[in-house]
Amino acid sequence: MRRIGFFKPNLNKFILVFAFLSFNTAILFANEPTKNADSVHTEAVIEANDSLHATTDSVAPAHENAAEEKFNPSELILEHIADAHEWHLWGHTSIPLPIILYTPKGLEVFSSSHFHHGEQAYTSANYTYKLEENKIVVLNAENEVDEVATKSIIDISITKNVCSLLISVALLLFIFLSVAKAYKKTVGKAPKGFQSMIEPIILFVRDDVAKPNLGHKYAKFMPFLLTVFFFIWINNMMGLIPFFPGGANVSGNIAFTMVLALFTFIVITVNGGKVYWSHIFAPHVPWWLYPLLVPVEIFGMFTKPIALMIRLFANITAGHILVLSLISLIFIFKSAAIATVAVPFTVFISVIELLVAFLQAYIFTMLAALFIGMAVEEPHAEDHH
Amino acid sequence: MELVTPSIGLVFWTTIAFLVLIFVLGKFAWKPIMQALSEREQSIEDALSSAEKAKEELTRLNNESEQLLKVARAERDTILKEAKQLRDNMVADAKGIAQTEANKMIAKAKVEIDNEKTAALAEVKSQVANLSIEIAEKVLRKQLEDKSKQEALVADLLKEVKLS
Repeated sequence: MRRIGFFKPNLNKFILVFAFLSFNTAILFANEPTKNADSVHTEAVIEANDSLHATTDSVAPAHENAAEEKFNPSELILEHIADAHEWHLWGHTSIPLPIILYTPKGLEVFSSSHFHHGEQAYTSANYTYKLEENKIVVLNAENEVDEVATKSIIDISITKNVCSLLISVALLLFIFLSVAKAYKKTVGKAPKGFQSMIEPIILFVRDDVAKPNLGHKYAKFMPFLLTVFFFIWINNMMGLIPFFPGGANVSGNIAFTMVLALFTFIVITVNGGKVYWSHIFAPHVPWWLYPLLVPVEIFGMFTKPIALMIRLFANITAGHILVLSLISLIFIFKSAAIATVAVPFTVFISVIELLVAFLQAYIFTMLAALFIGMAVEEPHAEDHH
Repeated sequence: MELVTPSIGLVFWTTIAFLVLIFVLGKFAWKPIMQALSEREQSIEDALSSAEKAKEELTRLNNESEQLLKVARAERDTILKEAKQLRDNMVADAKGIAQTEANKMIAKAKVEIDNEKTAALAEVKSQVANLSIEIAEKVLRKQLEDKSKQEALVADLLKEVKLS
């Protein structure tokens, strides 16, 4: 009862704040075509964008017959979903991000502003680099892509996603270290302020996710589950903010979900008990089914984390695509009037995305707990099979 | 296809970020938070159970005091009853004593009265006797002053004798 009591007013506030933010999403994404044209940097697109701008800004039909390349929503959306070496803010303004390359000739660090939004090549002491479709390639002396050298370098740049990730990490550290401090201050007392908003969520993870799946062994896995939950959740939420500190599609990036799934796989495998392994290599079936079932079970070891990986990636990416598609409608129809339909729809979807942000974090954590629970199962429970 | 190809850079940084989070938060956030939560839950549980215990104790005490009250009331009643009985007895006794005393006194008084009466009567009798004798003496003297009357009397007396 108490838990719900604390949670309710805060949840309402949360929803209000994020409904407001979602509305901003809609408005800001309305400026997106500028960004799109910007980074692609073909003359035609810039012109098309200018005409678009004119139609949306001044609603001047005279400009409509300007030399047009069709507005390409899929390009815009995929560009947003993907990673970038700079963080676009508005118009022609973007934050250059550091490029870090691990090359056979040593580590190279330089600013992405040297590429001038991909228009120019940059020559360091060792190689000449160029951005091609947001990927760093090495050019040889004849200004052609040197495939061998390109493959030999490892790009560990601070990209937009990495930057967003680091912001999320900083936020998480700030939030939870201060909450932990609050717990030290109010020993044995009721939670206060931000602590009382975080506490029901922690209790939710502990009582509704960890305990039912892990039983009495839950305490050992709480740090992992809580970290996974809040890490996914905060990145989902940051992704819903349309402007600078958010807006990156971190949790909708396959690399991000892969790492989390990999960690889950490691936790499952390391903690797998006798029951878990015997279930894989000696299932309770007649021996002649082993050649069929053992490979299936081994396959199952990997499908579980892969399912986790794909689920989170697909859900978050789909959310971003949905919001952007709705906003793109305005530019596809080239009519500001469509905004009266598209913007409310976007707000609606954004509010749903808020739920999805929480839900996906919950589902990932829940399934991770479930799989770990299956791995650490005690032998006596298996006896009924 | 690019969408589902994990880039090594993001994998690298996500791994680092996650490891940093799990170690820093695990050590400085989750551990103290979970500990504080379980401690608080324990203290709440303790407080509740002690409250329950106190309530039980209170009921027990209440019962006890009620019992005591009941006993005390019963005792008071018996004491009152006894006192009343005692008082009644005493009153009855006193009444009895007073009655006998009064009876005795009455009897004594009666005896006294009788005695006085007898004495008075005796005195009256003797007085009457004396008076009668004196009167008789006086009468006789008067009667027998002259001789003829004496002779007449003797004659009467003789006559009476004769007749009888």
